[in-house]
Amino acid sequence: MTHWIVAPIILPALLAPFIVLAARYHIGIQRVFSVTGVIALIALAAGLAWSVSDGSVIYYRLGDWAAPFGIVVVGDRLSTLMVLLTSVLALFVLLYAIGSGWDNRGRHFHALFQFQLMGILGAFLTGDLFNLFVFFEVLLIASYGLMIHAGGNTRLRAGVQYVLFNLIGSTLFLFALGAIYAETGTLNMADLAERVKLIAPEETVGIRVAAVLLLLVFAIKAALVPLHFWLPSSYAEAPAPVAALFAIMTKVGAYAIIRVYTMIFPPELEVTSGLHDLWLLPAALVSLAIGMIGVLAAKKLDRLVAYSIIGSMGMVMVAISLFSPAGIAAALYYIVHSTLAGAVLFLISDLVRTGRGSVDLSTEPPMLGTALTAGMFFAGAIAMAGLPPLSGFLGKLLVLDAAYGNTLMVWIWAVVLSSSLISVVGFARAGSVVFWKSHGAVAAEPDEDRLRPSVLSYAAVGGLFALLALHTVFAGQVHGYTTSMAKELFAPEVYKSTVLETPGKLSKPKEKED
Amino acid sequence: MELLVASAIGVMTAAGIYLVLRLRTFPVILGMSLLTYAVNVFLFTSGRLKIGAPPVLRDDVTVYTDPLPQALVLTAIVISFGMTAVVVMIGLGAFLGSDDDHIDDQPDTGETGGQS
Repeated sequence: MTHWIVAPIILPALLAPFIVLAARYHIGIQRVFSVTGVIALIALAAGLAWSVSDGSVIYYRLGDWAAPFGIVVVGDRLSTLMVLLTSVLALFVLLYAIGSGWDNRGRHFHALFQFQLMGILGAFLTGDLFNLFVFFEVLLIASYGLMIHAGGNTRLRAGVQYVLFNLIGSTLFLFALGAIYAETGTLNMADLAERVKLIAPEETVGIRVAAVLLLLVFAIKAALVPLHFWLPSSYAEAPAPVAALFAIMTKVGAYAIIRVYTMIFPPELEVTSGLHDLWLLPAALVSLAIGMIGVLAAKKLDRLVAYSIIGSMGMVMVAISLFSPAGIAAALYYIVHSTLAGAVLFLISDLVRTGRGSVDLSTEPPMLGTALTAGMFFAGAIAMAGLPPLSGFLGKLLVLDAAYGNTLMVWIWAVVLSSSLISVVGFARAGSVVFWKSHGAVAAEPDEDRLRPSVLSYAAVGGLFALLALHTVFAGQVHGYTTSMAKELFAPEVYKSTVLETPGKLSKPKEKED
Repeated sequence: MELLVASAIGVMTAAGIYLVLRLRTFPVILGMSLLTYAVNVFLFTSGRLKIGAPPVLRDDVTVYTDPLPQALVLTAIVISFGMTAVVVMIGLGAFLGSDDDHIDDQPDTGETGGQS
């Protein structure tokens, strides 16, 4: 039993109170500790991902209590990939926050940032549904603080919406957990997967309700239409680096859907048949369409990016809701891409805000640093809209390929392709208004809000672009990896046997079952 | 007793949902509190209702009640209590700042209205 698997949760959990208690008034020390911590996280995550890359499962029992009774932390290929993605994204977001000075516009940015990482990484690593709830709460509590970081009335109002929507989501989650516990008597995922199969067909009312409630909760997290209403305002009003980090939060919902609905409620299970193809797929298609139409309709750059996040989550959910190994592999490839692309676009919208004083899609005089910002927006828009040569295009091809032969194939292809076109038009319109037309405009009055973005800000955005380029160049290897991951997800025998059969305190699993 | 507990959960949930749909901070926060009370009782009953049974295994005890839902409820109570405090503070800040306690986006402000 390796202890390293729990380190990505422990490290930020220790670092955050240290930053609050010891370095409260020293932004320099906070920055050093925060960046060092995130770099250490990347090293940890890379080591963990390497050690499970052969298909093994690392497993840690807290307090050494055996599986259905104690709390477990489990790392397989999927969760370690998400941990690695989160920590790499966090590094560049943190560099941007430092470069742009966002971390100094309110208190406790770095402490909240570390707590946020703890929640996200915990949600990826836990092997227990109730702890998934607890880590959701940890990441949400930290995100409430980050969302209203630096204050302001519009931000506070958007914050109220965001907090209340997520509180309702948490309440639903608890109802789902209560129903699952009442039906099965366990909340450990591997144990649940074994027990749900044993429920007699005529007694499935409770577990059906629980499965649907759980799907609703994760769909709220993943901002699936019609549960997406919290996203546009809160992501647009949140500080840009925070919104960029939030790009991974919608993926937590997607991850939870993949994990729970391949292992506990797999597609071939009688209890939840129809949930995936009858409900999830149409909702995902509508999300994709609404998101991209929102891109075309947005009046501000930050809101445009927020809608493009909804659209890309729609694409991810289309691929997931196929619930075939090819679909899940494509979804995982696209998740990495859309996280990076979404974060890049939020950071660029902040570059625009810094250089120009506003993010309205209206003609204004050229911003400071316009050439570089415009070039980056161009590349980011290509990535998000899914045009060649960047990874969005490859991801979209994989999704289309996975959908080939599905009964709803015509619909999937039509919506994916036409929404791509709409998003291209939307991004082109925004880019031409913000960057091209500005050359004819004259400044009405000199504006003190306009600043040249710092070199570190550009470097952070450039780093994310480098990752996107790597994701494109090594697409073959990445897709091969996600394909083997998807196969493992649909045959989780290794996962279950590692969790349930490794001995620990109280471990007599055969005798305990009644 | 099952009927009593079940109807209590149902009534609290219904009242909570009604209040949440009022879309003003005060009723919505009250509604959220009612919903969390409902979910706490619901979680508590997910280990089956038993009266006068201890939650620990002992040699001389034959009837015992499931201790896990009690632990879950405790966690849920702590989290919901903390969250209510947070949302009251943020809601108060938003109300004092913009003199408006609507939860939803108002179209007339032009700032956040329109699309969602």
